[in-house]
Amino acid sequence: MNQPTIQPTNQPTNPKIRIEHVSYTYDDKTVLRDVTLAVPAHAVTVFLGPAGSGKSTLLRLINRLNDVLDHTRLDGRIFLDDQDIYARGVAVSDLRRRVGMVFALPLPLPGTIRENILYGPRLAGLRDRGRQEEIVVRCLTQAALWDEVKDRLDSPAVSMSGGQQQRLCIARSLALEPEVLLLDEPTSGLDPISTSKVEESLFELKQQYTIIIVPHSVQQAARVADHAAFFLTGELVEYRPGRELFTAPRDRRTEDYITGRFG
Amino acid sequence: MNTSSRIRLSEFAVEALVRVAGFSTIGFVLLIFLFLLREGIPVFLQVPLDNLFGTRWYPTFDFFGTLPLILGSLLITFSAIVIALPLGVAAAVFVREVAPNWAREILKPMIEVLAGIPSVVLGFFGMSLVAPLIRTTLGVPTGLTAFTGALILAYMALPTLISVAEDALDSVPKSYRDASLAMGATQWQTIWRVVVPAARSGILTAVMLGMGRAIGETMAVMMVTGNAARMPTTLDSLFRPVRTMTATVAAEMGEVAQGSTHYHALFGIGIILFLITFLINLAAASAIFQKRRRGGLR
Amino acid sequence: MMLGILAHKPANMNTARRYAVQRLGFGVLILASLLVVAPILFVIGAIIARGVGAINWEFLTAMPRDGMKAGGIFPAIVGTLLLTLGTALVAIPFGVGGAIYLAEYARDTWLTRAIRLAIVNLAGIPSVVYGLFGLGLFVLFLGFGTSIVAGSLTLAIMTLPVIISTSEEALRSVPVEFRTVSASLGGTRWQGIRNIVLPQALPGIITGVILGLLRAGGETAPILFTVAAFFLPRLPQSPLDQTMALPYHLYVISTQVPGMPAEIQYGTALVLLALVLSLNVVATVIRSYFRRKRQW
Ligand SMILES: Nc1ncnc2c1ncn2[C@@H]1O[C@H](COP(=O)(O)OP(=O)(O)O)[C@@H](O)[C@H]1O
Ligand SMILES: [Mg+2]
Repeated sequence: MNQPTIQPTNQPTNPKIRIEHVSYTYDDKTVLRDVTLAVPAHAVTVFLGPAGSGKSTLLRLINRLNDVLDHTRLDGRIFLDDQDIYARGVAVSDLRRRVGMVFALPLPLPGTIRENILYGPRLAGLRDRGRQEEIVVRCLTQAALWDEVKDRLDSPAVSMSGGQQQRLCIARSLALEPEVLLLDEPTSGLDPISTSKVEESLFELKQQYTIIIVPHSVQQAARVADHAAFFLTGELVEYRPGRELFTAPRDRRTEDYITGRFG
Repeated sequence: MNTSSRIRLSEFAVEALVRVAGFSTIGFVLLIFLFLLREGIPVFLQVPLDNLFGTRWYPTFDFFGTLPLILGSLLITFSAIVIALPLGVAAAVFVREVAPNWAREILKPMIEVLAGIPSVVLGFFGMSLVAPLIRTTLGVPTGLTAFTGALILAYMALPTLISVAEDALDSVPKSYRDASLAMGATQWQTIWRVVVPAARSGILTAVMLGMGRAIGETMAVMMVTGNAARMPTTLDSLFRPVRTMTATVAAEMGEVAQGSTHYHALFGIGIILFLITFLINLAAASAIFQKRRRGGLR
Repeated sequence: MMLGILAHKPANMNTARRYAVQRLGFGVLILASLLVVAPILFVIGAIIARGVGAINWEFLTAMPRDGMKAGGIFPAIVGTLLLTLGTALVAIPFGVGGAIYLAEYARDTWLTRAIRLAIVNLAGIPSVVYGLFGLGLFVLFLGFGTSIVAGSLTLAIMTLPVIISTSEEALRSVPVEFRTVSASLGGTRWQGIRNIVLPQALPGIITGVILGLLRAGGETAPILFTVAAFFLPRLPQSPLDQTMALPYHLYVISTQVPGMPAEIQYGTALVLLALVLSLNVVATVIRSYFRRKRQW
């Protein structure tokens, strides 16, 4: 098959995540077609494309969140640090501790702000009060939320504003100190001020984490992308360093999309 | 043992336990059928078929004709549905389409209360208050008649019928209503000519489930129908005593010698009841499952 | 296509007449609804009015005397409580477990469909057939005799479909996203269920369990040949004893004992009705209270 360029030119020798020939179907509907790309560590990679092109599905596959679905089929392989994550014997919950995920809608769990942050660490067996306290402070700070909520850590998470809830969700996924952070349109429901707060925190976070983000607009993609992959109806059309993709797209379809001709 | 293998073990154990619980339901259905067969099959070997499906049920004289019992059950079941269907559909339409909120808030709990009344209480009420009323108003020799049974059964079938019919009305797309109203139809015309016809397959399901409920009802029926095992073939049968399959089993099992032909015959009736309700529920369930699959579950 | 009928109507059909028809139609609906509700009120009202005179401390706490024509119905009340307890012990683990399996674990296979079919059919099997089954399996084959054990097991299997269906509905009403979030934070499936899903679904499950057990407690036919005693001079001493039970007692004193004072019959009916309906109300209040309180 005639594959487009699939590696950014500044490809590090040791990518964090490799996706190889991944195809995926729900029921009888193919939503990813032979996708191959490598995601570099300590950078922000954006997955770009119109709604329905399979970006969320690909993120969920990296976290094995679609395991529970019936009537689906996955072909190809996904590697995290050269380990095939769908191989036999991989402990799924360990994988998910290494790969955090933030969803499009803020989804606080029932309970307080503190309980939300500590949900993952407690399941992983953390009992020490002092360590728990440290984690709460660190994560809320990293997600630029500490100052706003430090006085009401024990109030229900749902009592926060939408923007705060979404930053709580980011903080919550940082609590496990994952290596990879997947963000699926994390700012789609947020006001511009909250959005820029989230984006700022991304710049901080990429020092430590490998980040994949599905942006909610082309503008956002251009602001945050170190690397950008453009998807269309399940196919990876173009994958290059962000600056190149947004200023000089090679594929006609990419150009149409980023200039707004797809809507 | 370390944390992660302990977690993995409990994960495995829990899944195994709940799986057993889930699959136990299949086991129970099979077990029920198996034991009915085990105790019921002998009657088919000991009594010739023309006797078994004859018109006389006098076990003391070795007449095991189940026909009057089957017809008795069918008579009151169909009569009950004839009463319950219009009432139930009308009430469901009222609740879903017309009723103001306050009326709905009264009706729904009342129907739940009806569903909660034990059948023996309804039977008691039927024999001590409804039957005398029927005797005096209709001038029949006894108030314990098929009609009395049908009346009580109709009310016992109503909660099922109404709730399934409500679901059916609920699943009629709003666009049908809007289109009809936009064409200048009144709300009543919309209900009568568009909504109810569109819900008819769901209403049919409701009727089937109501029938399944009615044909298996035991205590109330036994207490109000007079229990005479005669063929309900004459026109006035509805206003005479009648006897159902369920009442026969309930009334006679206590008195038979275990292992006698009569004992096996009562289990034989159990097999018939099991098969009838099984088929009715299979039909109703396949209708429901089909709808669910089309609607795309999850 | 269904709308075609309307389209063929003459457009100038008298509007006043159409609204008269509508009023008539609504009138019929209201009348039918009244016909549904009025007898319910009448049943409850009549039983309260005629039975309340029989209710006193002795009636609730004394043994029956004079061939059950005097004294109380204490052993029947105790028997029903014992049977319901026994039913709960078996039906709750199987019912809630089965519901968890169906809502959280089961994949969409033909086996799962077979389970659903089995549940529908269990729900449809006549109560007297459960009685036959209990007699055949528990009383005779397993040798429990007519006993609380045999009766409870029979009632438990009968109650299973109610508990499974209502519990599954309660579990499914918890947003699927909670499970996804829990999983994405490294939670195993069971950790997500135990920490998030079950607590959220608990009020609904409790409601379903109460409703199912009430149904069991009010049943007569399944206990006729598996446990119920016409009259016992003392309370049951072990799970292998027979016991009296309220619904069966009502049946007995209204059909099998000549010359029974009506007040005792109505009093017994009232006690049974009051027990069942009051707990019914408790169950629905639990459900609606928590439904209003929850945050999703
Ligand atoms: N759970 C699911 N079951 C069936 N189809 C799905 C499911 N999730 C997504 N899809 C379908 O897969 C396609 C890709 O969806 P998605 O991955 O969400 O794309 P994107 O995030 O790019 O909008 C869409 O057509 C969507 O309808
Ligand atoms: Mg998406």
